[in-house]
Amino acid sequence: MGRYVAQRIGQALLVIWLAYTVIFLAVQLLPSDPVTIFLSTDSAVDQATIDNMKRQYGYDQPLLVQYLAQLGGLFTGDVGYSLASGEPVALRISGVVGSTIALALSAFATAVVLALAVVVVATLTRSALLRKVVLNLPPLFAAVPVFWLGLVLLELLSIRWGVMSLFPDGSFLSLAVPVFVLGVHVSAPIAQVLLKSIDTVYNQPFIDVLRAKGASASWIFFRHALKNAGGPAMTITGITVGTLLAGSVITETVFARSGLGAVVLQAVTTQDVPLVQGLVLLTASVFVAVNLAVDLLYPLLDPRILKSNGQGSPRALAV
Amino acid sequence: MSVTTADQAAPAALPQTAPLLAIRGLKVEYQSGTTAVGGVDLTLQAGEIVALVGESGSGKTTLARSVLGLLPASARISGRIDFDGTDLASLSEKEFCRIRGRRIGLVPQDPGASLDPVRTIGSQVAEVFRLHRDGRRRSRLELRAEVVRLLTLVGIDRPEERLRQYPHELSGGLKQRVLIAIAFSLQPQVLIADEPTSALDVTVQRTVLEVFDRLAKEFGTAVIFVTHDLAVATDHADRIVVMRGGSVREDRGVEQVLARPEDEYTVRLLEEAAPARAAAPAAAASAAGTFALEAQGLVKVFDRGAANRAVDAVSFGVRQGTTFSLVGESGSGKSTTARMLMRLLDPTEGTVLVEGRDVTGLDGRGKRELWRTLQLVYQNPDSALDPRLRIRDIIAEPIVNFGLSGRAGQRERVLELLEQVNLPARAASARPMELSGGQRQRVAIARALAAGARTLVLDEALSALDVLTQAQILALLEELQRELGLTYLFISHDLHVVERISHEVGVMRRGKLVETGPTAGIFGNPQHEYTRLLLDSNPGHRLRSLAASNK
Amino acid sequence: MTLHLENPAAASSAQTTTAPAPARRRPSARTGLWLTALPLVLVLGWALFPGLFTTADPIAGVGAEKFLAPSAEHWFGTDHLGRDIYARVVHGTSQTLLTAGLAVLIGLIAGTVIGLVAATAGRVADAATMRLVDVLLAVPGFLISLIVVTAFEPGPISLGVGVGIASIASFARVVRSEVLRVRNLDFVEAAFLSGGTYRSVVLRHILPNATGPVLSLLAVDLGAAILAISGLGFLGFGAPPPTPEWGLLISEGRQYLGSAWWMTSLPGLIIVAAVVLLAAFGRQLLKIFRF
Repeated sequence: MGRYVAQRIGQALLVIWLAYTVIFLAVQLLPSDPVTIFLSTDSAVDQATIDNMKRQYGYDQPLLVQYLAQLGGLFTGDVGYSLASGEPVALRISGVVGSTIALALSAFATAVVLALAVVVVATLTRSALLRKVVLNLPPLFAAVPVFWLGLVLLELLSIRWGVMSLFPDGSFLSLAVPVFVLGVHVSAPIAQVLLKSIDTVYNQPFIDVLRAKGASASWIFFRHALKNAGGPAMTITGITVGTLLAGSVITETVFARSGLGAVVLQAVTTQDVPLVQGLVLLTASVFVAVNLAVDLLYPLLDPRILKSNGQGSPRALAV
Repeated sequence: MSVTTADQAAPAALPQTAPLLAIRGLKVEYQSGTTAVGGVDLTLQAGEIVALVGESGSGKTTLARSVLGLLPASARISGRIDFDGTDLASLSEKEFCRIRGRRIGLVPQDPGASLDPVRTIGSQVAEVFRLHRDGRRRSRLELRAEVVRLLTLVGIDRPEERLRQYPHELSGGLKQRVLIAIAFSLQPQVLIADEPTSALDVTVQRTVLEVFDRLAKEFGTAVIFVTHDLAVATDHADRIVVMRGGSVREDRGVEQVLARPEDEYTVRLLEEAAPARAAAPAAAASAAGTFALEAQGLVKVFDRGAANRAVDAVSFGVRQGTTFSLVGESGSGKSTTARMLMRLLDPTEGTVLVEGRDVTGLDGRGKRELWRTLQLVYQNPDSALDPRLRIRDIIAEPIVNFGLSGRAGQRERVLELLEQVNLPARAASARPMELSGGQRQRVAIARALAAGARTLVLDEALSALDVLTQAQILALLEELQRELGLTYLFISHDLHVVERISHEVGVMRRGKLVETGPTAGIFGNPQHEYTRLLLDSNPGHRLRSLAASNK
Repeated sequence: MTLHLENPAAASSAQTTTAPAPARRRPSARTGLWLTALPLVLVLGWALFPGLFTTADPIAGVGAEKFLAPSAEHWFGTDHLGRDIYARVVHGTSQTLLTAGLAVLIGLIAGTVIGLVAATAGRVADAATMRLVDVLLAVPGFLISLIVVTAFEPGPISLGVGVGIASIASFARVVRSEVLRVRNLDFVEAAFLSGGTYRSVVLRHILPNATGPVLSLLAVDLGAAILAISGLGFLGFGAPPPTPEWGLLISEGRQYLGSAWWMTSLPGLIIVAAVVLLAAFGRQLLKIFRF
């Protein structure tokens, strides 16, 4: 157990460090330094200003010093300063991240409920037709572009029926509709994985043994199948963090909500490299943290994972 | 053609009463159009143990499962299954839930996958009582005591500790005991035992079946015992029902079947199951013959923990043109030994000699050369052949890789090899999926011989096959040995087959070779205590005593 | 199906085992394939020969025909410049499909190499490549694409490269797990015993047997790439305005949400249909290439 936890935490830290390094290297691959790029759109800037700004932001230092200084900054929460506003990146992000987190979390809850509903109906219904319909929902959800669904709902609810304002005004619908749009999008992968692993579970002999004990279909589903299928579903849930964040950006744009989305788009279009770096690092950290939590919770669902430790890596193929 | 019991005298031992279970004209068809069971009649008296014997695909499992209503959704069932006044064949799922577990129970085939892997043993045993409350509510403590009592009943040590354990922490034998405890917990009238021990080692099989027999007698439970193994069936059943192709071929008391089998198919099954009729094959080579394959002090330690010596100081030699068998239970290290001899695994210590040459230190290229003369035949012909390739390409692969002949010569050689393994030339254009298991194993043998191998390591090469197919492959192996002077190292857990094919036998246990010697010596006069236990656990006691009295 | 072969040496033997033979691919599987493949062929036709499917000009509009609702003449209606939207969808197909195709190709090639190395080159290689894949997974693909698009010249190439990089991780994981599955089958070891080399065994046995799920992912990922590209197009990171592109079409329609619902809804439905069909096609491929 201790070994498992230590291994997972070590792996998570390694991935964050790797992510940071990859981003740093990617920035070096740019045609020139971030300040020059940022200021290149403005022809009025002279070389002295550029050099001055480079010195301020530390881009005149040798690469290794920059790398280590920025890496050291991570531990103190200092992820540099935005080129556009001069604000600390951390402050710029933390100022808007709240509303995005709220949107993402409620959308995630919606997605889980939707996915569970699909799986419950598909597994327990006796109507073959209903099962067929429900089984086709996740692929459909996966195919609907977030922005399109958002626009269609806006068109119907605000313009055609007038029950919702075009801009966020705090009313129930203006909160619920974006959550629903994003939830539908995120529910697709969760439902698909859950359906698949439930299917695998039902093909195992222990299901027959349970039936032979006299257990009913719903008993088997709720008391055994769900817990067995929970592990893989939880893993995919961890991976949907990226989808959730990307979806948030688009949803915020469609519904004119403030949040991380606007910052991301602004940072990218103005080529504010430190801000982009900070955003990438933030999302990667959130992803790693969520997946670490999933890994640590996994043994509660399936104790076998603790035993299979370390057997996953394959030896070289050759005889 | 089905034989009904009504037409003939009931077994003398049983009183003539209304049967507990009466199957009449049962027919099970699958949506794909195959008829798994085609009009079967079968009765079961209270307390009777009936063995349902047949090869894979004979319909025995389908028949047994229809009694529990556990057929897949695609199955269509017709006929009657009368059980204590109800027709099970027409029962709804809800009504079935009240019968299953309480009045009809199941002991499943594969103990490894038959318990929910993410629930504790205790909760899974107690579940039966939660499902069938029967009016009274048990307290947690009462339930726990009941579960402990059941686990003790099936001979599980330290039952209190087991309650909190998960299935993966238990051995196969213990898991099967837990499943037996679950099946017997409400003392059902009928138990379906579906190949309950075919996944277990013989010594474990014996102890598990002892528990099973004892409980069935104690509770007066009637049992339908499904098995492919006639030897096990004759040891434990009152009556034998032989099935083939979805119909019943023979249905009589054990003694009658053994003494006077009526059906031609049963006769053949009995012949194969009987202890080696002919003495072990005469040693073609003299005892002084040179070793084709030799192990000297082989040791294999798998990483972590010094105690984990999978193979421990194993030495033996296989003489040119003879068969040496390594027998042992799962985990005894016999396959690891074979893989070291094949040079697929590096020994931690010790030496491997092939035709007198030390091959322990060979590099990749050296091994490639070695495998022209030393080849391996796998247990499972399904996974041993690339499903995408045609048989001709599979057999030709070594010829191509070793650059042994041109295109025309290649085709000729493939045909020659097919003939050697008794497959017709037109099999060359088939794909593995189109062949039966026995045919696939023939292809695997042909491929092993393609580059001119003189020594074959056969790793459980017959275990995945039905009895009669096993006999054919055995005959083929014997024929090839005579014609080509092949040397075999035969790895097996099946004592019956080993006795028939080997010149010499080595018995392995926990990584050590405990006894070696000529076949007749090992089987007739075992020296080591473990060999005796192994032989004693080997099913087929009734068959052997019958053979002895016939002599 | 079991071949019933005459066997001279064992004439009396039971060659005719009644073991349930693996079911032949039933005709319904084939019809399912065609039902999903045919509409996809139509979409491919739009991309290759748009002129065959519409005669209207996708760029130049007819001033008198602004904001016309869908009709027999203009199936999807017209836009604010009087351009036929159906024509713009048809002509936009090649742009969307080419970009998505480039993305998938990048994902496939890089993912296959990484997955293959991870699964066959030993423990160190596996650990190293899989951590890299973790990093790729950790940064949302959308963000990767966004950064690549803005860092380089915006256009179909950088868009395809960006989305492609983001899809490497899923290919690498699928290839790795498939290769691991296949390499543990006995016939791979048997191929080495038959004198095979790393190269010959990988090329002849492992990769062909691992194709099913990879092909399937290819179809599904093409759909995902279309979604990602149209999403970026919607945000304004795709092709510059006059060029018809599926995401851009919807984005343009956004300004006229109140007056011309068809400008957003109908191109969107085409995207949904294409992605659903690709996913279904992927499932069909998986059924057919299951070994």
